[in-house]
Amino acid sequence: MVSTLHHHPPRSLSRFFSSSSTTIKSRSFHSKPILCSDQSPSSTSSPQSQILSIRHSLLSRHVTATQLAESYLTRLKLTEPHLKSFLHVSEHVLKQAESLDHRIDRNENIGLLAGVLVGVKDNICTMDMPSTAGSRVLENYRPPFDATAVKRFKELGGIVVGKTNMDEFGMGSTTEASAFQVTANPWDLSRVPGGSSGGSAAAVSARQCVVSLGSDTGGSVRQPASFCGVVGLKPTYGRVSRYGLMAYASSLDVIGCFGSSVADAGILLSAISGHDRLDATSSKREVPDFTSQFISTELLGSKPLKGLRVGLIRETLDNGVDNGIKSAVLGAVSHLEELGCTLSEVSLPSFPLGLPAYYILASSESSSNLSRYDGVRYGNQATADELNALYGDSRAKGFGPEVKMRILMGTYGLSAGYYDAYYKRAQQVRTLIQKNFKTALDENDILISPAAPSAAYKIGEKKNDPLAMYAGDIMTVNVNLAGLPALVLPCGFVEGGAAGLPVGLQMIGAAFDEEKLLKVGHIFEQTLQGCRFIPPLIADCDAQ
Amino acid sequence: MKNSQIQPATQEKQQQPPQIKVSPQTHQTKTKTLDKITQDYEAIIGIETHVQLSTLTKAFCGCPYNYGSQPNTSICPICMGLPGALPVLNSKVIEFAVKLGLALNCKLSLNSKFDRKQYFYPDLPKGYQISQFDIPIATSGYLDLDLPVEFGGGHRRFGITRVHMEEDAGKLLHSGDGDYSQENTIPLTLGSLLMAACLLCFGNLLQVDLNRAGVPLLEIVSEPDMRNGIEAAEYASEVQRVVRYLGVSNGNMQEGSLRCDVNVSIRPIGQSEFGTKVEIKNLNSFSSINRAIDFEIERQALLHSQGQGDQIVQETRLWEEGSQKTVTMRKKEGLSDYRYFPEPDLPEVILTEEFVDSIHRSLPELPEVKRRRYEKMGLSMQDVLFLANDINVSQFFDATIAMGADVKLATNWIMGDIAAYMKNEKLSISEIKLAPEELAELIASIKSGTISGKIGKEILFELLAKGGMVKGLIKEKDLVQIVDPSEIEKMVDKVLLENPKQLEQYRGGKTKLQGYFAGQIMKISKGKANPGLLNKILLEKLNAKS
Repeated sequence: MVSTLHHHPPRSLSRFFSSSSTTIKSRSFHSKPILCSDQSPSSTSSPQSQILSIRHSLLSRHVTATQLAESYLTRLKLTEPHLKSFLHVSEHVLKQAESLDHRIDRNENIGLLAGVLVGVKDNICTMDMPSTAGSRVLENYRPPFDATAVKRFKELGGIVVGKTNMDEFGMGSTTEASAFQVTANPWDLSRVPGGSSGGSAAAVSARQCVVSLGSDTGGSVRQPASFCGVVGLKPTYGRVSRYGLMAYASSLDVIGCFGSSVADAGILLSAISGHDRLDATSSKREVPDFTSQFISTELLGSKPLKGLRVGLIRETLDNGVDNGIKSAVLGAVSHLEELGCTLSEVSLPSFPLGLPAYYILASSESSSNLSRYDGVRYGNQATADELNALYGDSRAKGFGPEVKMRILMGTYGLSAGYYDAYYKRAQQVRTLIQKNFKTALDENDILISPAAPSAAYKIGEKKNDPLAMYAGDIMTVNVNLAGLPALVLPCGFVEGGAAGLPVGLQMIGAAFDEEKLLKVGHIFEQTLQGCRFIPPLIADCDAQ
Repeated sequence: MKNSQIQPATQEKQQQPPQIKVSPQTHQTKTKTLDKITQDYEAIIGIETHVQLSTLTKAFCGCPYNYGSQPNTSICPICMGLPGALPVLNSKVIEFAVKLGLALNCKLSLNSKFDRKQYFYPDLPKGYQISQFDIPIATSGYLDLDLPVEFGGGHRRFGITRVHMEEDAGKLLHSGDGDYSQENTIPLTLGSLLMAACLLCFGNLLQVDLNRAGVPLLEIVSEPDMRNGIEAAEYASEVQRVVRYLGVSNGNMQEGSLRCDVNVSIRPIGQSEFGTKVEIKNLNSFSSINRAIDFEIERQALLHSQGQGDQIVQETRLWEEGSQKTVTMRKKEGLSDYRYFPEPDLPEVILTEEFVDSIHRSLPELPEVKRRRYEKMGLSMQDVLFLANDINVSQFFDATIAMGADVKLATNWIMGDIAAYMKNEKLSISEIKLAPEELAELIASIKSGTISGKIGKEILFELLAKGGMVKGLIKEKDLVQIVDPSEIEKMVDKVLLENPKQLEQYRGGKTKLQGYFAGQIMKISKGKANPGLLNKILLEKLNAKS
């Protein structure tokens, strides 16, 4: 599947989406999962849970798992040359779908995620499938085990569709820092999908898969979700096992979920959450049934969120935030008020300190975590006649410039004589940030902010200006420093590209209160008017 | 200091009473002037000891560790440091650390943590070692010991600076190493993912065995309280005794389960500031600790006395067993920067008072306490040190006297015939067939006169080799001593009657012949006649008719 995929001659998008294109004419896009929904939605209607409709369709024998998988794979095959969201596509998807169909034929029980195609970020280990974290240093590396999150969704019937592109080791906000390819934003192919989980966000946005896993160290799930117009969920630190997630900054890293609806992101979270004896930092707290939040809109009263206290973080609408973003967020504020929420502005004085503290801590930890890529046990080993040269050459060849820069920064920050001024001070800032959030969340049920200061920007635009790129993380890094859960979901559009660019709203909750975020997010999403959820080009193609 | 032998300081694997051997010749070639020079200086010695814990599994993963396994057969993604793998602490490591901390009279940190110590080396798969930096689990303790009698004896207390938990690294194997032929370097069991556990460097094929990577260690740092090689060797030997008593490690130096690095500096007597410190590695036995330190003290003293004190530089030196010298391994150019920072993958280590108390209650009687108890029982220091040296020997002894056996007699049997037998047969006390209660029974039987001491010895060897019960053996072999005077009298009469010529000679003044008669009588009694009674009756009869 992969090889044929990549050997397709390049096609222009117009040709690709043209109905006269012979290559796709025979392919009915109507058989993609939207068919599973009871009514074929227009691109502006509220998103429905694809996971639940797949389950319904399979159980009612409307469609087979094989048909479903084929429809996704076909779309993937056609869109991939333009998007490049995958570094590897599994050869076993159809085989696994067939085996699921046999089980359904035999009336065997099937898991909640049966037949659901899941994209997995390439820094999350998948057994016997390439897992490179977007780095040359791990080119051709195939782990001997599945990450716990992968193992868990597989046990519920989920199928790994492939490995998604990313900034090398998660270091970047555009996915341009991948050692292998640049992923395009499905809303505008000249723009970045965000990062570092850009491949996972683009894949869900373009419906190349149903849901996907990403990782979020400083916003790497939420910012691409915002850029690609999908739902991105960053769980509380400790909610999901990190076992099998290639570490970038261990005290900040979490595995997160992408879906085309809040419900899908929530269902995927249910599947992968919970204590894991292989991760000493995973929480032993019980995992509530997140799916119970996803009640039908018809059952909602006129003020379904009556009494909910929502705090808008003042510092997130300061200078440096695009006007279009501000007005989209203010639109979201009005919408929340209409739903019955009590809105107030809250101040987190430590908010601006988060960015420098984050870059010190994340770089410091990464300088340590990436030490293991020394060319001794796996990856590409340089030929050298002396040990230090072997390390130096293997690492010089294996790592890209962004990674090298962060290793250097981190090594500096941890060095004797600098530790107190950098690492230790950043830890103190982190404590302060945690306290500020605690106070704000004692007074509010949730906090809201933009997910990013701008919508998706052009490929190459910030490539040579790392500080500008780092500044884009201002909305998200504080949440990682505090270890809190946050949900990003589409709330509006700004001008840009052919059809406008999506804007994401960030909702931040108290630790381990993903339940509340999902409930609010679901109601917000289901009641939002006039917001498109499927990139128009993909929707057009699906409508044909 | 240069005596020929230190008596049993400890026991090695075979559980043979170990000896710190110092060949008398070693230092005799040194001139008297050198001895005089060293007298003008005081040596300051501190020891870092790494104790490999005998937990069933490694510190942070489920792999077992067995010394001497085929390379890379006991490894998993975690101890190989594969991407995405995470450490989870084996709770036994904490338990053992608390045990040792308490045994070394330390203050325990109820809140400690792990840190990463970062450096690159091929045997360190993650590029950092999980260790403890600024908050070790135990601090500020001490270790008491008694120097062997041959070295003048004396009680010593050496300070313990800290005890901390960490993980071991793997081992580098050079392709030329005889021990690791082509055959046993293969099994990099995780197959394809190990594209290379091999490095081509320095023109040689260097291979890495990760079996030992991640095995838990406790590092014990002593205060610089030792002043000579014997004190240092005895300190190390007491550490070994303590970890064996606690059951936290086999303490075997040959296998690297107990590794000592010593720091030596000297200063003119009377000077308060320390001299330049030199670290010595590759000390594989207590005697090499002793000899390496004494060599180093002499080397440094000689340099000082020749006005070349500036040639003593901060460095790591290697003890060469062959040449009996320390040689430069690497010079330290300033301190290495290990860029320590808190290990984010592991939660803090929190000890509750209840947990510490429960460990405290479970501690065995420690060597120092045992020695003081034996001393109070009236045993000589030589006996005390012998019995307390090995926990199994001391338990055997304790069990024997618990059955009511005479303390001195039990000591003599254990240190004499039993120890000799163990040595000849290369057995440990737990491998001999003799049970402590039977030794007690044996001692009691002799004391009560049921059997003679000579018969007792015979029974002992039977019991050592085959086991069994003293009572059963006595009965079965009809070994009960003849204590009936009339029975003995009959035998005496019989012998006198059968040897009229000798009787005449005796009565003629050749009284030495009494021994001959006694031997004859003992022979016909099959060794069972009570010797006292026999001699008494014999004398009466010999002298009666004269």
